Amino acid sequence: MGALLRRLGVYILAAWVALTVSFLLPRVVPGNPVAGAVARASQSGNCNAGCIKAIEEQLGFDVHKSLWDQYVQYLGNLAHGDLGHSWSENAPVGSLILSYLPWTLVLLGIATTVSFLGGSVVGTLIAWRRGTWADWLIPFATFFQALPYFFLGIVLVLVFGQTGTMLKWFQSLFGYDIYATTPGFTVSYVESVFGHAILPATTVILASMAGFILSIRNQVITTMDEDFVLVAQAKGLPTRTVIWYAARNALLPVVANFTIAISLIVGGQILVEIVFNYPGIGFHLYDALSKLDYTLVQGIFVVITLVVLAANLLADVVYVMLDPRARQAA
Amino acid sequence: MTIDTTTLSQTPATGPTPEPIFQRTAILRLPRSPKVIAGLVILAVFGVVAIIGRWIAPYSPNATDTQNWVQRVLVPGTGEGTPFPANYYPLPLPPSAAHWLGTSVFAQDVFSQLLASTQATLFVGLLAASIATVLSVVIGVSAGYFGGGTDEGLSLLSNVFLAIPALPLLIVLADYVPRAGSSILLVAAIIAVTTWAYTSRTLRAQTLSLRNRDFVEAARVSGEGRLRIILVEVLPNLIPIVAASFLFTTLTAMYAYVAIAFLGLAGAPTGSPAGLWNYPAFAWPSSAPAWRCSTSASTSSSIPGFERRGFRAVRPSRRASRRGRHWASRRSWAIDQRTRHLEWAPNRMWCSRSTDSASTTAMATMRSTRSSTVT
Repeated sequence: MGALLRRLGVYILAAWVALTVSFLLPRVVPGNPVAGAVARASQSGNCNAGCIKAIEEQLGFDVHKSLWDQYVQYLGNLAHGDLGHSWSENAPVGSLILSYLPWTLVLLGIATTVSFLGGSVVGTLIAWRRGTWADWLIPFATFFQALPYFFLGIVLVLVFGQTGTMLKWFQSLFGYDIYATTPGFTVSYVESVFGHAILPATTVILASMAGFILSIRNQVITTMDEDFVLVAQAKGLPTRTVIWYAARNALLPVVANFTIAISLIVGGQILVEIVFNYPGIGFHLYDALSKLDYTLVQGIFVVITLVVLAANLLADVVYVMLDPRARQAA
Repeated sequence: MTIDTTTLSQTPATGPTPEPIFQRTAILRLPRSPKVIAGLVILAVFGVVAIIGRWIAPYSPNATDTQNWVQRVLVPGTGEGTPFPANYYPLPLPPSAAHWLGTSVFAQDVFSQLLASTQATLFVGLLAASIATVLSVVIGVSAGYFGGGTDEGLSLLSNVFLAIPALPLLIVLADYVPRAGSSILLVAAIIAVTTWAYTSRTLRAQTLSLRNRDFVEAARVSGEGRLRIILVEVLPNLIPIVAASFLFTTLTAMYAYVAIAFLGLAGAPTGSPAGLWNYPAFAWPSSAPAWRCSTSASTSSSIPGFERRGFRAVRPSRRASRRGRHWASRRSWAIDQRTRHLEWAPNRMWCSRSTDSASTTAMATMRSTRSSTVT
């Protein structure tokens, strides 16, 4: 349990750092959001002292309080799930993010699972069949690993997307067909959601699977030199069992390094969502940035960080469950 | 018994002449592996482009080709006969003899932009990697060598930075820090802050294993100072790791730079057309497929972990175009969610074309309109 608690401590600290960064940035860098908001408000009419105060309160800035008091208030608000008020959407940031989050989480969950499992299988097979035709897959994996997510997304839209110019196989705009369907548990809506998720998910899977393939292949090759694999072969176990032995042990370091992978995938998915106008959290981050809606930007940053930390914690728990040594230490 | 003195006196010593010791080190041995040579050639090409790109560019990267300026095209679903006010967007030019890779929607030459912006991409990548490497060496080696509380604290620091997702942090930092859009030094520094942690962890682990080796022990026993041990005994043994991770950090930094440039947060190294709308040149699928090919070629040319990409400039800085976006965002604010994309369609993303069949035919019409406008 000790090791897990330690990791938990790291994540709590990371969450705190992220919260503090998002609290401090707008307050320490010159040109604060209140000035911007006041300028915007003044454009559409006079903004008197009361108006300025209203804006300050809306943005959660109370210039008459000390920074520390503001900080305490900020953390207190967060503890109540209050992330502030978005001026561009005119709604609480918390509820906005809650409406964006399912899109991102479903896409992220599916893409990560498929690319991890698929990457494990393909990586293991490539490693096992080293020196045969399977080696031809490696350059492809390297190629896809080298492509930035959003670029791959653009190419996929161009070739397969209905908004592209070539094959027009899949929907490539928005999270569902906003003309033909309305959100709800209807067949057409669910169908539409699935259809629209294919290309974004494929992009994330293709781009992230390559990394998993390469790292798992390398690990399996290292593991195959271990004595226990030799023993298993010498015992005359069927090849499938031997592969399973090697793969299971090779997966451990990959799971242990999941932190970096998940961070990359989340970062990539933000860009993919922007490419596809997919209504998840990444797309709205971009949207909020372009509207200078700092409250929303901060809120999204905090939530993305928390999601990533939760995913990391999950990976750690899985790791402890998988590895008896870690279980003993934990 | 006669001694054949002639042979002794005349025959020079046989066998291979001992090679001068310094020859191997004095002359840099050229790499033999075809992979390394290919990589170095690609690197050299990009290096040359980075240095002279600005001067060999056929056009000024931001100059608008007014002669071929394409008229604005009506966004499907707006204008007469619809409940929405007419909304227009311009179309970029396809590749031609005059514009090898086509143009951006501002009718700027993409090839020139590619040439001119390679420098900034390369520079940011290398600079960010240098800063990140210095950070990770300082933190990683001190954590590994000193151990104890120092190690705990510094490891915690790098683990925290590792756990926070880099890109969102990067976006928030780049968005808030003033002038980040115009100063590539700041962009590089911000990228460095978000990328040093992984290398630091690797270096710490390696230092930990070096610390107790015999030669370090010997140095310690002979009374060498801590700093000297670290600099003279430990660091040289870390150089392979440092070099490898420098290359990978450069790669990551370039990814990060391209990503925040894609978001319009990094500013355009060539300056940007202020006040114009934020149209990415790669926007329209009908534009410049050749440009895409060239980009993917340069993107996938990964040599020892190195990549260069030069399509930075194509997207004008968001900051520069904020004035243009301002009113757009205020207007769109009022329009409801279902129809808002019509308002946003032209200036948000290239894929913002409506998906229904009516607009597909509209697109076909537009394309023919465009070709007739050009000719």
